[in-house]
Amino acid sequence: MSEIRLIEIKEEILSDNKKDADTLRKKLKDQKTFLLNLMSSPGAGKTTLILKTIEHLKTRFRIGVLEADIDSMVDAEKVAAAGIPAVQIRTGGFCHLDATMVMKGLNAFDLSSLDLVIIENVGNLVCPAEFDTGAVKNAMILSVPEGDDKPLKYPLMFSICDVLLVNKIDYLSISDFDMKALHERARTLNPGITIIETSGKTGAGIDAWAQWLAKETHTFIT
Amino acid sequence: MHELPVMQSILTIVLKHAAMHRMKKIHAINLSVGTLSDLEAEWMQRYFDHLSAGTVAEGARLKIEWVPAVLSCEACGEHFEIDKTKLGGITCPACGQKKFSLVSGKEYHIKDMEAE
Repeated sequence: MSEIRLIEIKEEILSDNKKDADTLRKKLKDQKTFLLNLMSSPGAGKTTLILKTIEHLKTRFRIGVLEADIDSMVDAEKVAAAGIPAVQIRTGGFCHLDATMVMKGLNAFDLSSLDLVIIENVGNLVCPAEFDTGAVKNAMILSVPEGDDKPLKYPLMFSICDVLLVNKIDYLSISDFDMKALHERARTLNPGITIIETSGKTGAGIDAWAQWLAKETHTFIT
Repeated sequence: MHELPVMQSILTIVLKHAAMHRMKKIHAINLSVGTLSDLEAEWMQRYFDHLSAGTVAEGARLKIEWVPAVLSCEACGEHFEIDKTKLGGITCPACGQKKFSLVSGKEYHIKDMEAE
């Protein structure tokens, strides 16, 4: 009879995805294309924010948008209507994008003709946080109606993002959203996070956001 | 939802090690997972059982060591555990400063497995 043995493994669970993501980042650096991964829950304002961002930056950078959606083309159509190349990845029920899916989506673009690609990830604060997409920077939107307690419920998401956009600040006057508490909670998990308060409706904060993105893009591609 | 690809990744890794060591049956897999992850032990096991059916890992038990979220104070270096449901107004228990970095809590690691 054989004996039970303890076999050492010592591997990261998602190491394959991480490897693919690192490979993709290297390729993007070589091709001088900046990739931003934008995440949020459904309805936080990702598509509107992307459209506003395009308005601000389209004269400065050549932009493309990679849209992930479980089963629709609505967002890609809106972006394409703004005159920007858009590729739709239908995740077919999948709750997130991983590096391989992003790589496949990017193959549909001519990357040498783009400076900046924005990924609109699947609307979800849980799963996308676990999977490195290969993006150079991660951004998330939290909208005011969702509440200031979200870092307590989705700590991983807040801990992996480089920038947090607190959107729909036009709702603040009719809400008990505690902005100071939100900043503190987000910074406890992620002291280096940049927080920008925005409104897709009034345009507040969009300049600051566009400047942040322009600076990061410029630094990466030059 | 994302338990499925995570469990698939665990299964791929343990099957690779089982083949390397010519193991016929995996009894248990020891994981360390940070408490900041949203994985639930019960669902991890269920998804794993579903995926591992018919492989040498069928019936293997997932033993999870939950790694607490620990902050390090940037002023004095003190390490302390936090409760992820109470993130506001945290100060360093040693010096009272409020600048930290996250030391642990995001782990996603396979330590070893018990196999024959």
